[in-house]
Amino acid sequence: MTLDSRTPSGPLAGKWDRHRFESRLVNPANRRRHSVIIVGTGLAGASAASSLGELGYQVLSFCIHDSPRRAHSIAAQGGINAAKNYQNDGDSIQRLFYDTIKGGDYRAREANVYRLAQLSVNIIDQCVAQGVPFAREYGGQLDNRSFGGAQVSRTFYARGQTGQQLLLGAYQSMMRQVQRGSVTVFAQREMLDLVIVDGRARGIICRNLITGRLERHVADAVCLATGGYGTAYYLSTNAVNSNVTAAWRAHKRGALFANPCFTQIHPTCIPVSGDHQSKLTLMSESLRNDGRVWVPKNAGDTRHPNDIPDGDRDYYLERKYPSFGNLVPRDVASRNAKSVCDEGRGVGESGLAVYLDFRNSIERVGHDVIAARYGNLFEMYRKITDQDPYKEPMRIYPAIHYTMGGLWVDYNLMSNVAGLHVLGEANFSDHGANRLGASALMQGLADGYFVIPYTLAHYLASTSLPTVTAEHDAFAEAEASVQGRIDRILAVKGSKTPRELHRELGRLLWDEVGMSRTDAGLRRALSRIPQLREEFWQNVSVPGETNNLNKNLEYAGRVADYLEFAELLALDALERRESCGGHFREESQTPDGEAQRDDANFSYVAAWEFKGVGAMPALHKEPLDFEYVKPSQRSYK
Amino acid sequence: MSFLEMLDVVNEQLIRKHVEPIAFDSDCREGICGTCGFLVNGRPHGPEPCTTVCQLHMRAFRDGDTITLEPWRAAAFPVIKDLVVDRSAFDRIIQAGGYTSANVGGAPDGNALPIPKPAAEAAFDAAQCIGCGACVAACKNASAALFTSAKVAHLAHLPQGQVERQARVLNMVSRMDREGFGSCSNEGECEAVCPKGISLTSIATMNREFWRALLGS
Repeated sequence: MTLDSRTPSGPLAGKWDRHRFESRLVNPANRRRHSVIIVGTGLAGASAASSLGELGYQVLSFCIHDSPRRAHSIAAQGGINAAKNYQNDGDSIQRLFYDTIKGGDYRAREANVYRLAQLSVNIIDQCVAQGVPFAREYGGQLDNRSFGGAQVSRTFYARGQTGQQLLLGAYQSMMRQVQRGSVTVFAQREMLDLVIVDGRARGIICRNLITGRLERHVADAVCLATGGYGTAYYLSTNAVNSNVTAAWRAHKRGALFANPCFTQIHPTCIPVSGDHQSKLTLMSESLRNDGRVWVPKNAGDTRHPNDIPDGDRDYYLERKYPSFGNLVPRDVASRNAKSVCDEGRGVGESGLAVYLDFRNSIERVGHDVIAARYGNLFEMYRKITDQDPYKEPMRIYPAIHYTMGGLWVDYNLMSNVAGLHVLGEANFSDHGANRLGASALMQGLADGYFVIPYTLAHYLASTSLPTVTAEHDAFAEAEASVQGRIDRILAVKGSKTPRELHRELGRLLWDEVGMSRTDAGLRRALSRIPQLREEFWQNVSVPGETNNLNKNLEYAGRVADYLEFAELLALDALERRESCGGHFREESQTPDGEAQRDDANFSYVAAWEFKGVGAMPALHKEPLDFEYVKPSQRSYK
Repeated sequence: MSFLEMLDVVNEQLIRKHVEPIAFDSDCREGICGTCGFLVNGRPHGPEPCTTVCQLHMRAFRDGDTITLEPWRAAAFPVIKDLVVDRSAFDRIIQAGGYTSANVGGAPDGNALPIPKPAAEAAFDAAQCIGCGACVAACKNASAALFTSAKVAHLAHLPQGQVERQARVLNMVSRMDREGFGSCSNEGECEAVCPKGISLTSIATMNREFWRALLGS
């Protein structure tokens, strides 16, 4: 199989413009004859549904929640990047493009990233028009702050709830289309299979989570905007219902899965407190604008942090990376936190935490200014830990947060399965091996508002799509296979809960496929995962029936998919014998412990083809060419 | 341990005994998605102010306490199972007008229209609503006035919301009534239990907007 990225030719800055001109269009009167399934209602899914609805397509929108507004984009805190250069501080589309390529450690496609940087400015305008209440200066202009991996202030924000406000903007636009009749919402539906007819994605099988009935939905094209796979690790900052199932089932139907080992570990999360913990809570990267990260200079210093004088503190990020200081990219900050904890200088009961201290900022600008910037985050921290971050430093530790890998897509956001488009975190396309802060919101909305309306039209206009009904054999076969899997799960009647098995898988992945990976560790994971999977199918306990709301059954189905997916995650990490971005192989590091890429051998996208559960998948490589940015050893010193 | 993690433990014990676990909704578990919510000892989201039940911790209770849980009680929120209710009526209220009609493409530059900081802040305060339904559950009339007014107030504070200001409030209020929510009698239980601290002044704003629109001035 050859992977054609369909990247337009010509100079970088003109590619998207030219591509739009060369793409075919669907006449306004013909759009209503085309139906599109969009799975997921986060920033990518909701913005795609609303923009395609506005254009006049019949949109069928699916979500697992009780309302489209609950998708996990809502929890994004810090902000959204855009190359507006409102601060006159040297920003430009070229600089956002460069920062993103470099931040991703030269493992993303140049053309995609350049388009993202170009579209970033339109996103802000669109959101302002929707009434998104961004932070403002006293003069009424939009305010900005800085995020990791950048030396300019290009991050737009709405207190610490930027994702919420952007998602509600997209959700409201989508609700407007529901009112107009162009979008139909199917809430409480979980996509459990992709249906392919004559080589083209033509529908999905989903389970109505309230009645338990399996449903067949037919359309001319399918868009997946179902998020990432961070919950495979059990403990992550993702919502507890976020899962890999839709993407994984599409993979099993032929869609290639790209770069699964590129996972992002966020440096500033509230540390794990005990075995019952169900998820980890992020403390926004924006806090590193005013918070200083430190640990005691000497291992075993058990004094209260407020009693440790400056001379006995090691502000290790400021010491090692004077140009970027506390605002180094996430992968760098996370690895450094791990290494000071490995040296025995971690703090808190577990020794697996570092301090994030606001004392100097509070002295400099006052309690009230800090409260206005981060009030809700400080309050969230206080509720969880029962400690007051205005009075003592926060304790933080890295946690799984985002996944750069995902289903392989071309420049049109179409997977190798014709008609199957993949948007937002669910695809692999824009962030390379490490995503910069405040770029996920940007990508989700760029894909949904500004890319898919053009590329999907081109697909529909240039494809002959025979009429297909839900009675087609392909639908019957897919439904039977979904039903069979559900029946098998219910029939096990074992003694372990899905959560126990999930927690065990998560611990294994965190230990062996986490912040730091080795050949031996990855092989251990690869031998253990099939055993865990076997245990699931021999011993899982799922009481109740399938004919009504059964959350434990839903959960068990997702855990079964993690147990298949995890093997691919570990395998990809094993095959990529270089370090880059969030993928750190201990065998491949510079003398001072930074990630050492191996461009000669690994400058490619690893796209995996499913060959059966437990069978070795086939690896397809899409080479990465860098025409405009010369890959170099990343330096934030 | 958080309150929902306590429920996870209860459910784990039930599942091991092959008994169906207690159905309850939750997702982000950090107080922003609005998925979770039920009555804890008669109070929506439990005893802590400005806290969703997923952010409630067991340190708020004493060893040996008996805790009573009930689903949201409102005719407009039918119970699906155990603690899970159907809140799709909220989506339909937003569909009636909780947006600006700004199509994608052609939006003017974000800084073309300066917005005074106090207006932006007031809009944000109202826009924080997470749509959890606690306000309805706390109200003896099961009114959705706080929810509806939060969206009306958010957009009324901003210049972008002016064009459709009158139609918005009339359509949203009418939809709210048709969904079977009760009337507001201004007792303020909603504000007291709102996990995001949405203020009762939103309802005052909505009432003013409503009369202004109705009288056509």
